Amino acid sequence: MDTNELTAPGYDIPPELQGQVAITTLDRIYNWGRRASVWPMMFGLACCAIEMICTAASRFDLARFGMEIMRPSPRQSDLMIVSGTVTKKMVPIIVRLYNQMPEPKYVLAMGACASGGGPFKEGYNVVSGIDKFIPVDVYVPGCPPTPQALLNGLMKIQEKISGEHWRHSRWYQKGRDQAEIPIPILGPDLIDPRKVEEYSRRLAESEA
Amino acid sequence: MSEMYGKGILKGLGVTLKRFWDTYWEDAIWLFRQVTRGERRYRSPEGIAHRASKNARGIFTVQYPEEKLPVPEEFRFVPFLVYEEGPNGEKVMRCTSCGICSRVCPPQCIWIVRTTDPETGRPIPDPAEFYIDVDICMNCGLCAEFCPFDAIKMDHDYELASFGRSVYDKEKLAKPASYYESIRPRNAARENAARAAKEAARFAASAKPES
Amino acid sequence: MAVPAPVETLDLAARFPGWVTADTRPGYSGWIVAKDKLLDFARTLRDELGYDYLSSVTGVDYLPEGKMEVVYHAYKTTGGPGIVFKVQTARQDPVEVPSLVSIYPGAEFQEREAWDLLGIKFTGHPDLRRILMWEDFAGHPLRKDWREPYFEEEFKPFKSRWPEGKFQMAEEKARLGDNLTFPAGFDPKQKAEFDPEKALYEALRAYQKAETGLETEHLLVNIGPHHPSTHGVFRVAVILDGETIVNLKPVMGYLHRNHEKIGERNTFLMNMPYTDRLDYLTSMSNNFGYALAVEKLMGITPPERAEYIRVMMAELTRISNHVWAIGFLLNDLGAYFTPMLYAQEERELILDIFEAVSGSRMMCNYFRFGGVARDLPEGVLEKIRDLAFERLPRKVDELEDLLAENEIVRSRGIGQGVLTAEDAIRYSASGPLLRASGIPYDVRRAEPYSIYDRLEFEVACRPNGDIYDRMMIRFDEIRQSLRIIQQTVKQIPAGPIMAVKPAYQVRVPPGEAYGRVEGPKGELGFYIISTGKSSPWRYHVRAPSFINLTAFGPMCVGQKIADLVAILGSIDIVLGECDR
Repeated sequence: MDTNELTAPGYDIPPELQGQVAITTLDRIYNWGRRASVWPMMFGLACCAIEMICTAASRFDLARFGMEIMRPSPRQSDLMIVSGTVTKKMVPIIVRLYNQMPEPKYVLAMGACASGGGPFKEGYNVVSGIDKFIPVDVYVPGCPPTPQALLNGLMKIQEKISGEHWRHSRWYQKGRDQAEIPIPILGPDLIDPRKVEEYSRRLAESEA
Repeated sequence: MSEMYGKGILKGLGVTLKRFWDTYWEDAIWLFRQVTRGERRYRSPEGIAHRASKNARGIFTVQYPEEKLPVPEEFRFVPFLVYEEGPNGEKVMRCTSCGICSRVCPPQCIWIVRTTDPETGRPIPDPAEFYIDVDICMNCGLCAEFCPFDAIKMDHDYELASFGRSVYDKEKLAKPASYYESIRPRNAARENAARAAKEAARFAASAKPES
Repeated sequence: MAVPAPVETLDLAARFPGWVTADTRPGYSGWIVAKDKLLDFARTLRDELGYDYLSSVTGVDYLPEGKMEVVYHAYKTTGGPGIVFKVQTARQDPVEVPSLVSIYPGAEFQEREAWDLLGIKFTGHPDLRRILMWEDFAGHPLRKDWREPYFEEEFKPFKSRWPEGKFQMAEEKARLGDNLTFPAGFDPKQKAEFDPEKALYEALRAYQKAETGLETEHLLVNIGPHHPSTHGVFRVAVILDGETIVNLKPVMGYLHRNHEKIGERNTFLMNMPYTDRLDYLTSMSNNFGYALAVEKLMGITPPERAEYIRVMMAELTRISNHVWAIGFLLNDLGAYFTPMLYAQEERELILDIFEAVSGSRMMCNYFRFGGVARDLPEGVLEKIRDLAFERLPRKVDELEDLLAENEIVRSRGIGQGVLTAEDAIRYSASGPLLRASGIPYDVRRAEPYSIYDRLEFEVACRPNGDIYDRMMIRFDEIRQSLRIIQQTVKQIPAGPIMAVKPAYQVRVPPGEAYGRVEGPKGELGFYIISTGKSSPWRYHVRAPSFINLTAFGPMCVGQKIADLVAILGSIDIVLGECDR
């Protein structure tokens, strides 16, 4: 273990104890532990999933980041890598999976499609970016991002975790953990229950 | 089954054992190479090249971010715009806003506003605005392939992860010609030669009538 | 070496006077069959003329003529050229055409797709539900008068991009501020009940009632779309009796990205990078099929060197796909990750070659009409030689040593998930799935394209049609591919790589073309109709993953639930291609 990584600035350690004692803050040690054990969900959508698997496999080896334990169950995972095109037919399932993940949870939008619709954005069955439904922490551009680009994105997630303060984290706030995202409905088109009012208003406006 | 039960499993285990052994055998070989030739197995170009060659054996992992797999010259990630550096440090875009890239772009993620001369109303060969929606771009490279002015090229930089959606404007897209020559030396040399030849031909053609 | 059968001069118009006529539109070929006689025609075709393999079924919307057309491509499994026949019907709803499922069961999913996307009702179809979109979806998207919410213009390039290309998100322009459209009179505030699963479960239960006469308590299990063994977002709804599978329906469309609709707005060249994303493991092979189809229309052939590069790349793709497939099949069988990691190393080395040649590991976008995008860069040919002559033969043997005799693989594979030769043909299975059932049918030999007729290789074939054979045939095919690559490396000539000047707007004469290649997953076909404009009028992909799944249900019924993932793994599907 590298003690330098943990030692918080602002505390002087006497020279005779240097290298033996680390003075740190709770945040640092807490985030350090979380950062090095992010379990991604084994969840592939499209082309990007193949690069995600390559990232986990022989050549790029996700285990070096403490992320090799890919959990197929959302209940055991910390990070959702949305790897590929999100279609309207799939989005209710993705939202449900996100709801099932325990806090603290992170979402990485991998590739152009998950970030903003990608080359298929104009398609009638494609959602223009998963951030329309669930909050996204890191966006990785590319079509598809190479495994090294994904690793770069995962390091950004670690960076984000390092910057968090346990007292301000949303999962320790009262009542916040109950907030589930309503599941979109597959009607004549995809209906987001949160936006029903807006749809009605816009429909009325466009008819007027 | 008539065959001896467990033989196949043992054979398979032999393969994994050989792979396990290979790792340490490679270590020994590299130790020898380090002592005799000063070549290191990890965090060195020769070590990475060895792991990406036909002789790769044992450990295959490239340890990003300490080690990076070198990208080949043709590698393409998101596009960028090439500019020439003028004598006073000004940026002279190669782009003439002819619009071929935006017409050839399959997902139509390039937006260009052409500059017009306020007095004459005629177009000036310099884009006023140039946007690429990176979250639509499919990195296909067709814009770079069909640009007649070598002005839009595909980048090698893939470390672009960010905390927000990415739409790149002209400022963000512009990179100097020297950068382009550093990432694609062969292509740049070929294109420069072709441009020089074209220029010379044009000069010769314009010089002829006068003489 | 199989010799392609001589071209028969079939005069079907004389044989079926009155109701079969030759298609005489310029650039078109084949026969137009009267709608009410379609079943008789198909029966004769299959039983008397020997066209036992229905490859592709698709619809075309001729909006200006007020017609809908269904196009069928049939072949003989003994080889030789195929036959195209069409049925035309008026465009007024209901658009009805008799279903061919009773004669060619392989048409089942393809007819469902035509119903879903084009609204062609196939009378007599046993289970005509939507397949790619969900049941309540409004409209049939591939019809020419159906517009998606982000519709800008009929054809690309869009005028809003240049010269006054003020950047604007598509959402800002859309009526509902999102990629959404509602039918007239629909009020999203009204709490309507939608149940996308109702029709599916009814279809599953209907079978059950018919079988037993009573509605007994069988267990209904949904596997997927989020499941580690479904190879993507694929879902299977299974009815179980204990652990035995009684009935099963695959559910698709979770990755339906509207490839064909986008393809009909794109120019011909723009479709090339989109084909990469069909079967994202084998982009070179997809490029090949599409390039062949368009070149057929344009009447050009690539120069010799380009042909060699194409074949080399297509065969490298096959190897990288098959090692991946074997690795993942073993993952599904429970050999968690070790074979996969070993297989991945070889795939990565092949991807390095693709990256050096085309610029991208997976989305190669390397083929152009009349050649390839660029010549092989320095040193790549040596790399291919090193792999094909030294490393890969050794590593394939090693992988086979690891797996082939393993008792667990054998006992889980041998005799499980059997697809008989007759069934494989009936269900229009193709690729390794067909050949593992004992039918030596390979497009590279049956109807040779490019330079395959000059290359020496054998069509790999295994007799039993079970999971084990489907795994082993992939080893055989890798070896044959290596043979091909070794020949091409030795013989590749110098010369140009493009037959025509590279251009971003190609002139494609009006007409239809069906280009097919033997992709790693099976027969990959592109059906293209050009009207002489810059974009295709119809662009259809005959996706092997999609059609191979037709046989998935029959293969699984009677098996245990644990074998389902193994059978699915042995078919080797990719959802990008399956759902398009």
